[in-house]
Amino acid sequence: MENQLLSIITFLPLVAAIILALFMRGDDAAARQGAKWLALFTTSATFVISLFVLLRFDPSNTGFQFVEEREWILGLTYKMGVDGISILFVMLTTFLMPITIYACWNVETRVKEYMIAFLVLETLMLGVFCALDLVLFYLFFEAGLIPMFLIIGIWGGKERIYAAFKFFLYTFLGSVLMLVAMIAMYFDAGTTDIVDLLAHDFGSETFSLLGFQVVGGLQTMLFLAFFASFAVKMPMWPVHTWLPDAHVQAPTAGSVVLAAILLKMGGYGFLRFSLPMFPVGSDVMAPLVLWMSAIAIVYTSLVALAQTDMKKLIAYSSVAHMGFVTMGIFSVNQQGVDGAIFQMISHGFISGALFLCVGVIYDRMHTREIAAYGGLVNRMPAYALVFMFFTMANVGLPGTSGFVGEFLTLMGVFQVNSWVAAVAATGVILSAAYALWLYRRVVFGDLIKEALKSITDMDRREKVIFAPLIAMTLILGVYPSLVTDIIGPSVTALVSDYTAALPADGAQVALH
Amino acid sequence: MATIILFAPLIGALICGFGWRVLGEKAGQVIATSLIFLAAALSWWIFITFDGETQRIVLMRWIESGTMGSEWAIRLDRLTAIMLVVVNSVSALVHLYSFGYMAHDDNWHEGEHYKARFFAYLSFFTFAMLMLVTADNLIQMFFGWEGVGVASYLLIGFYYRKPTANAAAIKAFVVNRVGDFGFALGIFALFYLTDSIRFDDIFAAAPALAETNLTFLWAEWNAANLIAVLLFIGAMGKSAQLFLHTWLPDAMEGPTPVSALIHAATMVTAGVFLVCRMSPLMEYAPEAMGFVTFLGATTAFVAATIGLVQNDIKRVIAYSTMSQLGYMFVAAGVGVYSVAMFHLFTHAFFKAMLFLGAGSVIHATHHEQDMRNYGGLRTKIPYTFWAMMIGTLAITGVGIPLTHYGFAGFLSKDAVIESAYVGSNYAFWMLVIAAAMTSFYSWRLMFMTFFGESRAHNSAHGHDDHHGAVHDTHGHDDHHEPHESPLVMLIPLGVLALGAMFSGMIWYKVFFGEETAVRQWFGMETAAHGEAHGEDHGTQAASEAAPEATADTATTETATTETATTETATTETEAAPAEAHSDTTADHSASPGTVPQGALVMLPFTESEQALVDDRLDPAKVEKSEHAPTTIINAAHLVPNWVKVSPFIAMVLGFALAWLFYIRNPSLPGRLAAQQRPLYLFLLNKWYFDEIYDVLFVRPAKWLGAFLWRRGDGDVIDGSLNGVALGIIPFFTRLAGRAQSGYVFHYALAMVMGIVILVTWMTLFGGAN
Repeated sequence: MENQLLSIITFLPLVAAIILALFMRGDDAAARQGAKWLALFTTSATFVISLFVLLRFDPSNTGFQFVEEREWILGLTYKMGVDGISILFVMLTTFLMPITIYACWNVETRVKEYMIAFLVLETLMLGVFCALDLVLFYLFFEAGLIPMFLIIGIWGGKERIYAAFKFFLYTFLGSVLMLVAMIAMYFDAGTTDIVDLLAHDFGSETFSLLGFQVVGGLQTMLFLAFFASFAVKMPMWPVHTWLPDAHVQAPTAGSVVLAAILLKMGGYGFLRFSLPMFPVGSDVMAPLVLWMSAIAIVYTSLVALAQTDMKKLIAYSSVAHMGFVTMGIFSVNQQGVDGAIFQMISHGFISGALFLCVGVIYDRMHTREIAAYGGLVNRMPAYALVFMFFTMANVGLPGTSGFVGEFLTLMGVFQVNSWVAAVAATGVILSAAYALWLYRRVVFGDLIKEALKSITDMDRREKVIFAPLIAMTLILGVYPSLVTDIIGPSVTALVSDYTAALPADGAQVALH
Repeated sequence: MATIILFAPLIGALICGFGWRVLGEKAGQVIATSLIFLAAALSWWIFITFDGETQRIVLMRWIESGTMGSEWAIRLDRLTAIMLVVVNSVSALVHLYSFGYMAHDDNWHEGEHYKARFFAYLSFFTFAMLMLVTADNLIQMFFGWEGVGVASYLLIGFYYRKPTANAAAIKAFVVNRVGDFGFALGIFALFYLTDSIRFDDIFAAAPALAETNLTFLWAEWNAANLIAVLLFIGAMGKSAQLFLHTWLPDAMEGPTPVSALIHAATMVTAGVFLVCRMSPLMEYAPEAMGFVTFLGATTAFVAATIGLVQNDIKRVIAYSTMSQLGYMFVAAGVGVYSVAMFHLFTHAFFKAMLFLGAGSVIHATHHEQDMRNYGGLRTKIPYTFWAMMIGTLAITGVGIPLTHYGFAGFLSKDAVIESAYVGSNYAFWMLVIAAAMTSFYSWRLMFMTFFGESRAHNSAHGHDDHHGAVHDTHGHDDHHEPHESPLVMLIPLGVLALGAMFSGMIWYKVFFGEETAVRQWFGMETAAHGEAHGEDHGTQAASEAAPEATADTATTETATTETATTETATTETEAAPAEAHSDTTADHSASPGTVPQGALVMLPFTESEQALVDDRLDPAKVEKSEHAPTTIINAAHLVPNWVKVSPFIAMVLGFALAWLFYIRNPSLPGRLAAQQRPLYLFLLNKWYFDEIYDVLFVRPAKWLGAFLWRRGDGDVIDGSLNGVALGIIPFFTRLAGRAQSGYVFHYALAMVMGIVILVTWMTLFGGAN
């Protein structure tokens, strides 16, 4: 039973989706309500089961736990398992899905399909974080695009078709290269088992390709192929432009999942594949990635300053925060990687909550234009408080989870490259500027716009949605050891293996 | 007990902020206020009974990552004890005062609840400030640092309908973030070099840092100096020192009690506190401290010049605060941290009182803040007048020269100036000139407000063009006559007045008396001990010999954590390899080892410094003195008499000029302003800092943001780089343009098939080999 827990968690939502698809008929109010309740119940049950996994999880064991392995079609292997790096992403997903479902309670178009899309999406996302076989991972990773594509394309805003295709093509084109790399890995190692691949030494002798000297050899090539996919997913500058469009067009719940969970797949991929499997390749490319991250932080923060659409602003802010993640990961030291994982978890709560904040007023006014608002505090004090809380969390106020990730990643990168640290740290100033300016324009001031005069404050359901997010943001901000205790040992192992795999004279040149 | 002090304000804030709907607004206010009074009483108890021994109370784990550990903890030493008293006393009085001040506020509509929110913010601020001063490590300090920033942001923007208040709030937060940027980099550098962010570990490693070089950005720096400067950048932001000061005058948009508590007595002094707290490190960073001295002195001067011509009563006091903070930094910069704390301590009393007095004036005149519309208020609000008078006597430094009798400011400010004379000629003269100007603008404020004829009739029209938002719609029709404030506002004034009169005389000895007394009070090693270490940093550090030396490289493996715990348990065998490690500087075999005792570190002069200092002192006094002037605090007592009298003369000059300008011949200021128009405008517009920053930073950032978005994201990235791949999007979009969303399912189906084909191909292809 214990060894199947992960499969149960992963496929429970899929089962519910199938039940919905096959047995739920009609489109009357009762059917809609039933679909929502079933989805809410399933996702909650998934969360409860995942809590068991967390409780039974032994952080001091840096290997994979709850491993399940069995024969599958076409001679492939089905293999699942979690370690200190992946377990919290599983928890993040199962925690956020019930909230997401509850957040789309007042959707009335194609409710059944909507619920199915989210349930399938949950299965695929969980699969990504649990899969221990390359092919299985690839399946989950790529298939996850489809429900998201549908969510944007069907339930999205006016420009949804453009945004959906942009989203799909960007992420899909990146993945094609990853597929090629995976085939190459199979040729080289003779297995698709991720555990075996982690132990395999991929060649790192410099070779010459079309007249170019490829430092780091095969590892660099593989790294770049994976990088193409993960960088788009993150998304990293300069392949980030699909994200703002996707967010703007996506329905609220779609934005929440996209920002809170889907973006984390890229970061997870770096930690699962790039660093441990291609250490030499990573080492060769790390300076470039660090600089791309620093540029991303400053660039997108500046762009956020210029936005007139609330969702776009928060989307750009997300890209900036993901810049801290890649920066932390490619510092490859304890603080950097710890910080990166922490930042991803924390960003899941905070960005999710911020998109929900936009959703609250979008539901009332049907516009995301910042200029359409102003003075909301006069009629929506509870909303003002919640929005203020997450604005502060977003700018990384100590005491909220947003601070810990930012601080640790900066601390990590400082040890590697002080220039990158200094440039990235300016993002902390800019984030305060754009976030507070947004808040001021939307919430503060006198309420003079006629349309807003009758706007109502958050109702009970909306408060219930925010409560767990506020709690997690605070708890992780005050007692971050909840996270670092779990990821710590695995990260330590990752970092020391990485360092050990580098040539003895240390290709990783400390720039200090 | 310290734990109760720390959390009482937080509990008060939570009860008041969230519970008032249940308890009622008044009950919430009373609970928050009583809890602060409790904290204040306990703080005084600690302050008086404290024995100088540093205590550490661990509350909970906080951020831990690899070798980096930090806890929520309380560090209780003399510095903390002083700050506890300052923060809680002023906060308690400001809470009380706010009952009266906030009772009616024309910024709110009838029936709106704002008082509980105000009190909750005040209490939350107090909590954050206490976290800052009780911090045991840099990250917790950073928590308090940003926490007070948020409280300040919320309170400056308390009148959230006023655009000016909102703008000022954001400005305060963002400018402070610029400082925090430096602060954070300083913390990272410290962690990189010492592998810890706990104070004890850092202090123990400080001598080694002075011998370490660190490559940061484009150059290689002395680690101690670099870190000191980075931390000081944080202090500049919080304490409104030059270049990062522009937020402080604007912060006056907040209600006046806020200005008294946050922007005069407590938060803005956090920077001074930081520098004093880090004194064990700062002492090893002479160049950085030279910079602190220079900037502090310049700030004191510049702020005073601007204060000369401002007409808004709160802004005058704001610039005065900025100027006085400059004094404190000079004291810290030249190495007498105890004097910096002394001035911080007395300043908290008299400046809080000046602000609360100004609040009382504003309250009395129905939210009029322009001094040109005051005049003759002396008889109408006599208690406020006398309180302000005491505050003015304190800030201008009235006392009997060459004795220790006088108002609080007389003792602390003169102590700063005497120390400055020992440390830096530039700072000394800047401060003396600033003292004259301080006296001038303070008396100008008094004369314009309380003396002469009432100019209140101007207010009906002169009002709105100066600060349109502070309108008093009700003021015109009913009672226009100024009225004295209620007792809840006068009592805090009275208490603070006592502080402004006596705090200097009472605590002079322990802040700036005999070196032994000061050392003992701060729990430092005694003077005898200090002198025994000789005159050189290096020799002193060497005689404190410590187990391990890692001065040579910047590796992160400095074993300071262990060292700190093993304390002075040094053995010969351990010391031997340490000798081998330390390179280059034979006489500077500094090594991270013992944690310095007490709250402050004051090292003796180095030889080169000593030579300079000896020249400046009064030889007759040096001869008579029992203590050789080997430390700054001893030397400061031996400066020539003309130095000691100079601030007094400056004060008298300032007073005389103010009297001439505003009592004797009130037409003089206008004529002078007309005659020196460019200079007048330059000062009135605050040296044009705001305008320059707008052109240099604000506009370019906005422009760049818009440019990167339209051109970068729009044209370059979407247009070309990925445009090749995305050329198909418009095609698909067109195709789908007339299609209903149902068609999306077909595309999705195509995608699924695509993936299946790919995977199958891959597995077959892979399987074949």
